[in-house]
Amino acid sequence: MATKIIKRQELSFWDQTYLPAVFLGLRITSGHFFRNLFIHTLHIFGLFRNIRGSVTYQYPEEQRPLSKRARTRHRLTQREDGSPRCVACMMCETVCPARCIDIVAGEHPDPNIEKYPVSFDLDLGKCVYCGFCVEVCPEDAIRMDTKILDIAAYSREEMQLNIKELLNPRTTLLYKK
Amino acid sequence: MIITIIIKSILAVLFLGGILNLAGLLTWVERKQSAVMQDRLGANRAWIEFKPRWLAPLNWILRPLNVLGIFHSLADAVKMFAKEDFIPEGADRFLYTLAPAISVVFALVAFAAIPFGDVLHLGGRAINLQVADINTGILFIFAMMSLGVYGVILAGFSSNNHYAYLGGMRAASQMLSYEITMGISIMGIVLSYGTLSLQEIVRHQGHIWGIFVQPFAFILFMVAALAETKRVPFDLPEGESEIIGYFVEYSGMKFGMFFLTDLVETVLVACLITTFFFGGWQAPYLLHDGFHFPWGALWRLNHFTVIGLGILSFMLKVAFFNWFFMAIRWTLPRFRYDQLMHLGWKILFPLSLLNVIVTSIIVVMRS
Repeated sequence: MATKIIKRQELSFWDQTYLPAVFLGLRITSGHFFRNLFIHTLHIFGLFRNIRGSVTYQYPEEQRPLSKRARTRHRLTQREDGSPRCVACMMCETVCPARCIDIVAGEHPDPNIEKYPVSFDLDLGKCVYCGFCVEVCPEDAIRMDTKILDIAAYSREEMQLNIKELLNPRTTLLYKK
Repeated sequence: MIITIIIKSILAVLFLGGILNLAGLLTWVERKQSAVMQDRLGANRAWIEFKPRWLAPLNWILRPLNVLGIFHSLADAVKMFAKEDFIPEGADRFLYTLAPAISVVFALVAFAAIPFGDVLHLGGRAINLQVADINTGILFIFAMMSLGVYGVILAGFSSNNHYAYLGGMRAASQMLSYEITMGISIMGIVLSYGTLSLQEIVRHQGHIWGIFVQPFAFILFMVAALAETKRVPFDLPEGESEIIGYFVEYSGMKFGMFFLTDLVETVLVACLITTFFFGGWQAPYLLHDGFHFPWGALWRLNHFTVIGLGILSFMLKVAFFNWFFMAIRWTLPRFRYDQLMHLGWKILFPLSLLNVIVTSIIVVMRS
């Protein structure tokens, strides 16, 4: 293998003092500074609120935008009369790699809907948020689109959700200012 | 006699209070300016708010301060006071406690010779707005800055820690190397104005600012002063994130004093550059009785207003230089230690000598 010779770029006299480079760097950062300061000043007077002056999202007052496919906390969907769409087919329980879903089935009076879940327990402490249960459900009964990211509890028992919580997910944040 | 002492004490208290407040604000400026430069928002969660309804007016005043995040500086100060104040095992107890005190005291005392206004005539008495009107003010300031090196050496030496010792030696040799360039570049200013007293230098800049007389010395002095006070890009002795600095064994308010020294010296360097090169308290076209515009207009002003405008112009210039040093801090990468020494001894020192030679030739040719 022949050696590859890379010629170093010869710096001019002014470039060797590094002063032009320093000046260019200062121009970039000062430009950012004054542009952001101007936008923040406009925000104080109430103008141009739609132009962001910084890339920071002030959590918990504003949350960063999530994509439609982001896998957040689970919820069970409902039919028009409020009962769960789930027919207790056990496909999500079977496919779950962490085995966190526990369903007890019961008989539904309507012969088109043969079963319904008497209890649907989901242990968030064990869940790995893979989304397999959402993909495999034939009834679109379980979704992970609540956009709840602040899942926290003081004990392992509190991390287990029952069917009531899954049907009506909370809409507020856990942290209150 | 006693009145003179009282007047000087009031001046000293005012100036000291102003400088310490500015240094405390500089922690906020650093956070907020670096955040705005980096498209962020900075820290704004230190919130002081009163619950009772009848205190609502106080909340209105506090609200903009809350949103700007100024109380984070207060939180920093309280945190430093509340931390455990210990002396490491095997450390020299006296020197360990003395080192931060030396650093802060000499950085603050150097402010005594800086004029922040013209002579104020109050009640038949002429008060020079300078805490110590020394004929050789420049010598005093540089002496105080040189004594500040002792704080660093003692800090590194008295902590019972090899890395701190090496950090102290690094810092001391860096400060010594750049003091030479600082002193010699100021010799150019002394030659041009013919005096060592700072108030006289500021008075001589009434017609033309020092930067136009000595532009080269300005650049040299600014670089050397930034290196002397161990500000980025020369902050390798402190070594924020990559190397152990000389104050590794310090915590609580002792560390707070070193931190304060850093900020107070930034303000000191800004004041020095303003005094030597940017006209100190001189404002454009402002003479002692008002504005004398070049097109012949004259705007007479009260004596107190003129003095106030002078102080305001001084403060604005110092604020601009503080902003500029912060901008440099958050723009430039850090020097490696051998690059730092190379710059100090082999580049800046000969250039400052060249500046003195050329200046002295020009001064001799003009007289």
